[in-house]
Amino acid sequence: MSMNSTDQSSYPRADVAPPSGKLFPHKHLLGIWGLDPTAIKHLLDVADGYVDLNRQAVKSTETCRGLTQINLFFENSTRTLMSFEIAGKRLGLDTISMSTGTSSIKKGETLLDTAATLNAMHPDVLVMRHADSGAVKLLSEKMDCAVINAGDGRAEHPTQALLDALTIRRRKGSIHGQTIVISGDVAHSRVARSNIYLLNAMGARVRLVAPPTLLPADIDRLGVEVFHHMEQGLEGADVVMMLRLQNERMQGAFLPSLREYYHFWGLTREKLKVAKDDVLVMHPGPMNRGVEIASDVADDLDRSAIEEQVEMGVAVRMACIDVLTRDLRNGERS
Amino acid sequence: MKTAFVNARLMDPATDFDGTGTLLVNGNIIEAMGKDVDTTSADATIDCGGRVLCPGFIDMRAHAVDPQSALAGGITTIILQPNQTSVIDNDATVERIRHRSVDSQVVSVYPMGAATQGMRGEQIAEIGQMQASGAIAFTDCTQAVADAKVMRRLLEYASHFNALVVQFPQNAELSADAIAHEGETATRLGLPGIPAMAEAIQIDRDTRLAELTGARLHFALVSSRIGVEAVRTAKARGAKVSCSTAAHYLHLNDNALEGYRTFAKVSPPFRSEDDRVALIEGLADGTIDTLVSDHMPKSQDVKRLPFAQAAFGVVGFETMLALALAPVHRGQLDLMTLLKALTTTPATLLGLPTGNLSPGSFADFVIFDPNKPWRISEEKLLSAAKNTPFDTLPVQGQVWKTIADGVAVFEQG
Repeated sequence: MSMNSTDQSSYPRADVAPPSGKLFPHKHLLGIWGLDPTAIKHLLDVADGYVDLNRQAVKSTETCRGLTQINLFFENSTRTLMSFEIAGKRLGLDTISMSTGTSSIKKGETLLDTAATLNAMHPDVLVMRHADSGAVKLLSEKMDCAVINAGDGRAEHPTQALLDALTIRRRKGSIHGQTIVISGDVAHSRVARSNIYLLNAMGARVRLVAPPTLLPADIDRLGVEVFHHMEQGLEGADVVMMLRLQNERMQGAFLPSLREYYHFWGLTREKLKVAKDDVLVMHPGPMNRGVEIASDVADDLDRSAIEEQVEMGVAVRMACIDVLTRDLRNGERS
Repeated sequence: MKTAFVNARLMDPATDFDGTGTLLVNGNIIEAMGKDVDTTSADATIDCGGRVLCPGFIDMRAHAVDPQSALAGGITTIILQPNQTSVIDNDATVERIRHRSVDSQVVSVYPMGAATQGMRGEQIAEIGQMQASGAIAFTDCTQAVADAKVMRRLLEYASHFNALVVQFPQNAELSADAIAHEGETATRLGLPGIPAMAEAIQIDRDTRLAELTGARLHFALVSSRIGVEAVRTAKARGAKVSCSTAAHYLHLNDNALEGYRTFAKVSPPFRSEDDRVALIEGLADGTIDTLVSDHMPKSQDVKRLPFAQAAFGVVGFETMLALALAPVHRGQLDLMTLLKALTTTPATLLGLPTGNLSPGSFADFVIFDPNKPWRISEEKLLSAAKNTPFDTLPVQGQVWKTIADGVAVFEQG
């Protein structure tokens, strides 16, 4: 097995113009790790344009007409799957969605066999979610088309990080220099990882707030400040991103109870007082009201950007599909 | 039929002999060894060209027999682990394997029996009867005997038979469902991690139980600095414990997992760079007693999967010597110390008659060129499967000839 590859490199790069002269010189979007700020900024710039389009009455374009998009979800999802499907349709792709119940993985087929089968159908974009970290990368090695990671295990969820970044950039004007708090179950969260990489790449100050049991080992080496006390972590914050707490964390001795978690790490108006007055509150959804976030905070129209995140999600996914199929549409298919 | 192996750098870890000379083999027995051996009676003479000639390697931990691959790696004695298709936990299975080994007459195979029935960690296996049939040690192989009470009784019972118990030093609770070394790499890749402390805790508990019971205990595959330190401390206290590591742990750290390379998925996991260095130090100062291959052939079908689903293990027979020679070339490890860990020490621990070049011993030996440069190539491996993380790696040191039972059973082409 070689370390190859055609996808993004596995180490962060300096902020330099890519040798190819392309702003996004990657075949796939497997993660934020390894993307340089130029590539990230390019995706966000393209997405900005689609936000405007999505607010018009007629939202469809012919940009990608005739191309085929397969959404392959090995893990249950409603919002991400719908968001990708809408994004594809608005760009004019023929979209097909498969989720775990209908796939032959259940019948024992290996992921690489599935890849070979799908590849033979000549899709142009494959969007995939899988419960195992690294599974989307493995599949991408066998696919000729662009592969977009819609979440793999605990590893990455790049379009979520991009939509979060777009939300912040539009609300705050810039990501650079912002103090951004990510709070909750970081250990099991791909959203947290992708956001850490992206926000660091774009020059934000990233803080993590969580009980020690929900922080993975050596996380501080990824360029974040770690806090266990929420009030300390929230001090002077520009943005607070809450993570969803899975109910199963009560098993495995991560936490004693939801009640205790809410008491110390639930985001309430009271705790938010130490943050900046114009603090932006975000959540990737679906929310557990009264667990990681109080309802009055989630519904605070001045501060909460939660619905806006969903809106940005469609635009960002349109941008990813658009950018990754540009060479193909320009006749450079290899 | 007498054969004289002349112009060899004879290295016998049993006597610390290291000098240029001749080894005279009569049939399958070593007749003479030394600087001034009379070769006039020899029917054939083989010029070793100054290469090292030492006892054939004894690999204390192999999961498959794979004879051609073993001999290409200079291994003349394989200790087969009990995790076979049907677990080696009874005397009939032990006998079947011993017979097959005698039939093949190429590489000697000695099975370890399971320590507990079905390797389930609940009831002690039939250690006495398995030992009588030829099982030379007892282990649950890929998992620790977790229950302290079961482990205590196992050690007590085994000590009655003076049987060596081999424990896989990894605390089961701290490592449940985890697949990588707990640290920065696993965190970034989103893989559940096993803390190095899981190893030290298991070693600490079981050395105490060994002291309590007076049993002989060996820890297979120590992988971390604190694991090595736990063994060092226990030995200093006088506990009858020993330990091993595998050659691949001397060469790779957890950076090898980058890109979710399942060929680097091993158990215990590749740990940090500091841990890797500590293993070389431990081998050099004798804290780590034996070096093994942990040879585990796995097909592409079970390796080319998402990391969490992929099988553990690498093939190790043919790369063991070259990987272990790297720290020797760097001046971190004495060659004689390395050879001890590959021959005399495992022979002593297991009570085997091989592992030395003394006149009268069986002619199981290997001749290798410690300096020869070559490149590991998965295509050229003779093993049953090609799951090596070392494909294309340039290495130094290669087996020239392997002689088992007086017969040259492998010669470098």
